[in-house]
Amino acid sequence: MNPYLAGVLLGVVLLMAMYISGRGLGASGGIKYCVVSLVGTLDRNHAENSIYYSKYFEDGRKPLKNWLAVEIFGILSGGFLSGALSKRLRFRIEKSPNISNRRRLIFAFLGGVFFVYGAQLARGCTSGAALSGMAVLSVAGFLTMIAIFGSAYLFAWFFRKNWI
Amino acid sequence: MGPLSSSLIFPEWLDLLFAFIIGTGFGFALEQAGFSSSRKLAGMFYGYDTTVIKVFFTAAIVALIGSQLLNFFGLLNMNQVFVNELYVGPAIIGGVIMGAGFIMGGFCPGTGLCALAIGKIDALVFAAGGITGAFLFAETYPYIFKLADSGYKGPVKINESLGISSGLFTLLLIIAAILMFWIAELAEKRFARPEITDEI
Repeated sequence: MNPYLAGVLLGVVLLMAMYISGRGLGASGGIKYCVVSLVGTLDRNHAENSIYYSKYFEDGRKPLKNWLAVEIFGILSGGFLSGALSKRLRFRIEKSPNISNRRRLIFAFLGGVFFVYGAQLARGCTSGAALSGMAVLSVAGFLTMIAIFGSAYLFAWFFRKNWI
Repeated sequence: MGPLSSSLIFPEWLDLLFAFIIGTGFGFALEQAGFSSSRKLAGMFYGYDTTVIKVFFTAAIVALIGSQLLNFFGLLNMNQVFVNELYVGPAIIGGVIMGAGFIMGGFCPGTGLCALAIGKIDALVFAAGGITGAFLFAETYPYIFKLADSGYKGPVKINESLGISSGLFTLLLIIAAILMFWIAELAEKRFARPEITDEI
């Protein structure tokens, strides 16, 4: 789809989130709620004694019954629908021909670790902090956006062999 | 009057149903933008594909104009829409860590989930990394919570700190965006890599 048109579509979805639910879009928050729920299921004792996890179980709350957690299952369904419509459903590893599958997967894993760790610190990722934050004119949104894209440009030189 | 969740007081199931529907729209829009491809996303940082900035700023501007129009006509109370709280240090440090993750992984969390949904194995591994990252944050939280809660300034709005109206700031942002789109189109020609863009 034309990028500007796709941008309008994304903006309308963001506006819907603001109008219906009084909030922006998010992705890393939902991943956090899934992890909190998983830890609570596997080791209830650890979750209740931790200053981090315990707040998500107060008053018998269930972390998966949360707006952000349910939203990411929507992201998966929407991505699948769009991929099916545009005939892009296929199992594969996407990478530059200059690097091995192994190298691509190792960096993909590390990228995930860094991104979601940083998102917890900044209270949101490119969606929840940068995009949604900018749409409500929050300083946090603009600052996070500049930090993410600015630093990615600085780091790009070191990782250029992975991409170009 | 919006937000509907505060004026109508949704039961939990309806609130979560809307979360799923809005998430579906979000995933659909991201995938249609081509963001299920890490090589397309990474193009932003090497100049050969600048779709990211075009989609990102167009979306922000549409939501900004739309919400201010709805607010103007009394259809949306912006005081009840969540405004991100500012923690200065964490926003910058977290942002830099995210930037490193972006260039290593080629995805952000939302686009990673879209790519996973269409069968990209690298996105599945990125998501596994993301789950690990959230787990590591939770486990290291007792050591870093002072940093995580530092520099708190509240839900500060950028136009208010500059002392201008939201409408004027939006206008300035639109002008800045048009300039960036123009530079982006030039960059795509200057740093063109047809061997990559033909594949993605």
